[in-house]
Amino acid sequence: MRSRSSTLPMALTQSVRKPVRSVPPSVWLVILGVAALALIIAFMVVGIEGSPAYVLPRRLNRVGAMVLVAIAVAVSTILFQTVTGNRILTPSIMGLDALYILIQTALVFLLGGQALLSLGSPLRFVIEVALMIGFSWLLYRWLFLGSGRSLHLLLLVGIVFGVFFRGVSTLLQRLMDPSEFIILQGLFFASFNRVDPTLLLLSAVVVAGLCIPAWRLRHRLDVLALGRDSAVSLGIDYRRTVTLVLVICSVLVAVSTALVGPVTFFGLLVSALAYQLCNRFHHAAVLPIAVLLGIVALVGGQLVLEQVFEFDTALSIVIEFVGGIVFLVLLLKGRVR
Amino acid sequence: MISIDHVTKRYGATTVVDDVSCRLPGGGVTSIIGPNGAGKSTLLSMMSRLLLPDAGRIEVAGLDVGTTAGQKLARTLSILRQENQLTIRLSVRDLVGFGRFPHNNGRPTPEDRDHIERSLDYLDLTDLGDRFVDELSGGQRQRAFIAMVLAQDTDYILLDEPLNNLDMRHSVDMMRLLRGLADDLGKTVVLVIHDVNFASCYSDEILAMREGALIHQGTPEQIMTPEVLHDIYDVDIQVEQIRGNRIGVYFA
Amino acid sequence: MPALLHRPQRSLQHHRANRPAALWLAGGAVLLLAVVSLFIGVSAVSPADLFSGDRDAWTTLLVSRVPRTVAVVLAGVALSIAGFIMQLMARNRFVEPSTVGTVESATAGILVATLFLPGAPIVVKMLIAAVFAMLGTSLFLTVLRRIPLRTTLLVPLVGIMLGGVIAAVTTFFAYRFDLLQTLNTWMIGDFSGLIRGRYELLWIVAVLAVVGYISADRFTVAGMGEEFTTNLGLSYRNTMNLGLVLVSLISAVVVVVVGAIPFLGLIIPNLVSLLIGDNVRRAVPWIAVVGAGFVLACDIIGRVIRFPFEVPVGVIVSVVGSALFITLLVRRNAGAQ
Repeated sequence: MRSRSSTLPMALTQSVRKPVRSVPPSVWLVILGVAALALIIAFMVVGIEGSPAYVLPRRLNRVGAMVLVAIAVAVSTILFQTVTGNRILTPSIMGLDALYILIQTALVFLLGGQALLSLGSPLRFVIEVALMIGFSWLLYRWLFLGSGRSLHLLLLVGIVFGVFFRGVSTLLQRLMDPSEFIILQGLFFASFNRVDPTLLLLSAVVVAGLCIPAWRLRHRLDVLALGRDSAVSLGIDYRRTVTLVLVICSVLVAVSTALVGPVTFFGLLVSALAYQLCNRFHHAAVLPIAVLLGIVALVGGQLVLEQVFEFDTALSIVIEFVGGIVFLVLLLKGRVR
Repeated sequence: MISIDHVTKRYGATTVVDDVSCRLPGGGVTSIIGPNGAGKSTLLSMMSRLLLPDAGRIEVAGLDVGTTAGQKLARTLSILRQENQLTIRLSVRDLVGFGRFPHNNGRPTPEDRDHIERSLDYLDLTDLGDRFVDELSGGQRQRAFIAMVLAQDTDYILLDEPLNNLDMRHSVDMMRLLRGLADDLGKTVVLVIHDVNFASCYSDEILAMREGALIHQGTPEQIMTPEVLHDIYDVDIQVEQIRGNRIGVYFA
Repeated sequence: MPALLHRPQRSLQHHRANRPAALWLAGGAVLLLAVVSLFIGVSAVSPADLFSGDRDAWTTLLVSRVPRTVAVVLAGVALSIAGFIMQLMARNRFVEPSTVGTVESATAGILVATLFLPGAPIVVKMLIAAVFAMLGTSLFLTVLRRIPLRTTLLVPLVGIMLGGVIAAVTTFFAYRFDLLQTLNTWMIGDFSGLIRGRYELLWIVAVLAVVGYISADRFTVAGMGEEFTTNLGLSYRNTMNLGLVLVSLISAVVVVVVGAIPFLGLIIPNLVSLLIGDNVRRAVPWIAVVGAGFVLACDIIGRVIRFPFEVPVGVIVSVVGSALFITLLVRRNAGAQ
């Protein structure tokens, strides 16, 4: 009926793999947990110059932002990869962060920068996140649940939507008043170094609120990872679960983009490492390991860059660079399926 | 019993399954045969709710496939498709354990472990339980997925071309296994299959489809005649009686 | 196999009647756009000024407007044909220089040239960019060969991601050496600086486009595969290399002189294929005309949408182009299950 004869032999040729790592996930969890904690403490206290009462709260703020971003990116990437059944995708590759930037730009363009600023960051954030959920839900629901659409079509359309969103954002930015553009720039060129404490607190609440349903989904996610047909056969309400996961992902991406701007390959880096460390695939192990890896990479990376190389804000670019190389390696190892 | 009432599926302008109605008795092995593009796999997919019909209604053991909650259905009916490409790394025992999901929601009990070990044992996979699925041979993989379906412990088991990519020996093993599921464990097995002779030797009932329509339903004796086979495939096929089985000869 | 070769011939006969007239008509429309393009700009030049022999008007026309319009036409024609050649070689409708990493590689090449040979003439920089573009495209083809299950949509997917990685690496170095702003001028195509003396390099692509036209049939054959090509007595390796050189050079020249214009080489051939079918020889002139017209229209929009300021053509094309690309993707895949 269908010429799928290539499927099985292909799977067979891939069967030669490295021997199983014998370190169980729980051991990795402990190692990474200790490492993350140690790095956070080190980040707080190493090289303090001047009054600790001045430096410590600022550093706490930055470390908090990094931890939140690590959680948001790691969880959203793993969930997204499970739902799409593909290990080289991240929500930002699919244009979700571009969508967030477009929403911000469009708000400034339509309402005016001053009006937007006068709303205050919590309310503004809530509005942006609500729009984000609305649009991404519409878009990705249409893409995912439309009948007979292949995954590859979805991905390609997603990527091109990303280009489209970025293009429209740039266009609107060119069309707007220069003073408005400066306000906009202030909005999304936030970095770890100047995160608004209110926004941080709000993000912490949102991330915590999303991690609970994500964690409760963990067994169902394991089943989803078997692919749609198997998941449906095992009684998963596919449509509902996928929708729920997409909503969680889009909010998490909104949070991380609001905090530090777009990061394309960071999620890929973290998830690829987490899969390597987990000898067996269970979300109950993969999710916390990915989060801890993210914290270690961000806090450790920032620490090394600041204390050893004396760079300032280049961390996201360095991570993109390393993440990009990981991606290439994955590609060349033929792990794209 | 599976009852299918006026089921139709279209893709754009082409009708893939055209107003099919039939009843399949509970128990035994039922094969769906027919030429390429006859709509066999589409019908099976609709029976297992992987696809929604555009019209009509399907009931399995009295449960409406379109409206019954997924989990409840998953304790009655399981489906195995031909492409089982895993993107994740799982041991065989983990994979089989997923079959218990509809019963335990991911929190295994001792009873579930019994089910898993029995399924592994039934498929002769106990020694391979801790191997990773992607390290297995094609035949072993297929068996691992069947073990998962078996652990799901449903009365109805649907399989889409289970012989695809299997060599002669593994094909015979697979058909004997399916026969055993029906005879020893009392399951109702429905499969889509290309080879009429496998269908003839191992089925209790055969459904023949062509161009989306169900054109014949009957026992192997009723289906395996030159006239009926010509009707299905447009090919002249002689039928010989060999050791109690009716075998179609279409090679020359 | 012969059926594949004969199929286009039939469609040729089928369309022969309406061919020349329609093509001339389209050419006329493009000419009209070109004339309009001559008279749009900050310093007003009207046909009346020219007839009255206004010296300033003539200077503006000859130094700024004519070079710009010629540049737009050349870039539009060459990029569209380059995209078409890639599609023939890869036998995939969704590849073009910006979906396989060619453009990103060329950008990386200019960055390297700017870093190490800051004083080199632009031709040298262009050649370095072309070498990088070739390396990048070859890398893509290598990666492609190593991926199992090459579906139509996976190919551009991999290419876009590969381009993303190359862009991330480029951004990293640009950031390290404070060249991010310069990098942006290559990443977003813009015709506004193209006055006499700064656009002439683009004539190279006119020559390359003609070569592409003459050898279009070879690429069709090469796209059928190595055995098929050899069977027809053609050197597979030479043909593929020729295509690689053509596409890389065209991309490099355009990126150096104008900057990147995304998706152009993808949309135009696809539009033409929808309009007149898939006969290669017949398609090339159409692709040239439609490509020139499309870029002219986008450039004109960019100049009037926020007059007297200019929106770069790259931004306009990325918005219009990605929207069209999505439409094409969904349309082409709507019927196919």
